[in-house]
Amino acid sequence: MSEYLGIRGTVWFRALTGQASPMRGDPGSVLTADVSLGEDNTRFLCVVRDPHARFPCARDGQVGLEEAYALATRVREVIEQETGAVKRPIIAIVDVKSQAYGRREETAAIFLAAAAAADAYGSARLAGHPVITLVVGHALSGGFLTHGYQANRILAFDDDGVMIHAMHKEAAARITRRSVENLEKLGRTIAPLSYDIRDYAKLGLLHKLLHVDSPENPSQQEIQNVRDELIAAIDDARHSPVDLRNRLQSKEARETRKASILTRTILEAQWAEEQVH
Amino acid sequence: MEQIEFDYPAKRKVSRRAHVGVVGSGDLEVLLEPADAGSSHVIIRTSVDGFRDTWKAVLDRFFAKYDGVVRIEINDVGATPGSVLLRLEQAVEASEQ
Amino acid sequence: MSDERYDANFIHRQSFIELDARERAKALFDPGTSRELAGPFDRMESPWLPMQGVTPQADDGCVVMKGKISGQAAVVVALEGAFQGGSMGEVSGAKLTTALDLACADNEKGIPTSAVMLLETGGVRLQEANLGLAAIAEIMASILTLRKYAPVISITAGTVGCFGGMSLAAGLSSYIILTREARLGLNGPEVIEQESGVDEFDSSDRALIWAIHGGEQRYATGLADALVDDDTQQVADAVRRFIAKGVPPVHRSSQVALYRNRIAALDTSRQWEPKELRATWGTSSFAEEKQ
Repeated sequence: MSEYLGIRGTVWFRALTGQASPMRGDPGSVLTADVSLGEDNTRFLCVVRDPHARFPCARDGQVGLEEAYALATRVREVIEQETGAVKRPIIAIVDVKSQAYGRREETAAIFLAAAAAADAYGSARLAGHPVITLVVGHALSGGFLTHGYQANRILAFDDDGVMIHAMHKEAAARITRRSVENLEKLGRTIAPLSYDIRDYAKLGLLHKLLHVDSPENPSQQEIQNVRDELIAAIDDARHSPVDLRNRLQSKEARETRKASILTRTILEAQWAEEQVH
Repeated sequence: MEQIEFDYPAKRKVSRRAHVGVVGSGDLEVLLEPADAGSSHVIIRTSVDGFRDTWKAVLDRFFAKYDGVVRIEINDVGATPGSVLLRLEQAVEASEQ
Repeated sequence: MSDERYDANFIHRQSFIELDARERAKALFDPGTSRELAGPFDRMESPWLPMQGVTPQADDGCVVMKGKISGQAAVVVALEGAFQGGSMGEVSGAKLTTALDLACADNEKGIPTSAVMLLETGGVRLQEANLGLAAIAEIMASILTLRKYAPVISITAGTVGCFGGMSLAAGLSSYIILTREARLGLNGPEVIEQESGVDEFDSSDRALIWAIHGGEQRYATGLADALVDDDTQQVADAVRRFIAKGVPPVHRSSQVALYRNRIAALDTSRQWEPKELRATWGTSSFAEEKQ
């Protein structure tokens, strides 16, 4: 299930924006476009494979140092250029293999680069910009924390080529001392372990699952449907709080994330209790 | 992981609860709380299966000297009997400060 | 800024690293003012570990304490590195996020409340995989909200270090305090060796690991705000200093142009000697100190 192909990002970026090129000064791996979506001038961002990337460990669809800072720059532009009352939406199209695993990356503090991108996305959301993530392929680990996980709303395709996870299967199996088969078996009963996007949906973190018959080759009608869903998600985000509380309020979250909700309830009660004293 | 439970007769009231230890390799945590019943109840969750007799021997030894009416929960990751006794004694000490 | 570094010649030192998470948290407060919230007897343990045959811990390896530091309200959240490598699970993550959110709510009510995170963690707890990753995303969101009102201070003392997704949480902090025994980075050496090969990173090369991830290097390249000895008093003093400083004018993670230019200036055709970066990235105070 779900080899990383590295083509879906470009396919969907092109489908939704009609373009697929980086902005001046950006690495070839970061695509940015401003296009009209519904009534908005929306900024689309995507990280794609760039075999010629300057950093050798970021040539296969990973989010590396340059990708993270380019994303941060392009998201911050939207916040800083803001003039009118209507906050421009930002859409992150996600198909990332992972963060970049390299010595240069660690030396030059990829943890800070990743934080800078997440800072930009989160700050945009807090400033009232609808930030919508569309997961069209892989959304793994630090790559997803950097690009996509700070969004108000997360949409994903209900497709075997879509995978949201903390770590790819082989590494997770090795570290937890399990076989890949055993890990897959556990995933069928323990939703957070599963690599299947339909199980991920049970965690209550997704706004919606979308269906596209062939995500590598979508029809015009499917592209229009996705566009309409993005417009609806933007509208929904505009009429909701700018924090991430919706991720605990969905029907699925109330079931699967019961422990999170109970922890919050207990802490809130004890915190307040103390203030009385 | 295996769950093991024991009961021991006890009569002395204990006033305070106590928590000691960490569920880290070769260590354990102990939660000791005052109880109302006429006996003490021990619940052990251990990552190492098949040591019920060893646990019984350790707790028999502990309750031979300790007469508090308590509920004890132990979360264990393969601690030695010596470490278990030490943590139990620390919990008792903390509960009687 | 040279006061950010301390001399090591204290006679009565109490090791901070040797303390467990609960003792570490308590040691940062004004004496007698701290109180633990959602402690072990509330039994907010992981629902996911027992079903996988793993012994849970009654506080899920996350200690939340509220009290006063320098007379002002503060919350300290300490991760227990000895339990599951300090990894973030659903409950430990929810504790940290909620603590930050409650501090934020108090600030909004006019009660200045700072937050301190003691990060000894490998990142996501793989037995809770996607809920751990989601929790980290939420922690990051809560740091961003709180740090507008009050400083969010992260401390990594050792010996676990701060890795994986939680290194992004450190990156978002207002201030980072490290010891020489601390390591901070996104990917640990073993992970890099596994993913990119031993030529990229030899995880048995201890000197290389410390040269890159070690607290001294992070401080010398301006990526941490204080380097302290493994001494409880020094750690607590540094916390007090940063609380007194308040919210920084610009957070490090918002200085995009600065860091983007630094990355652009790097020669990527070769591996670097980590110390090379100190000349160009080092804080002015460090450069001055070396003169």
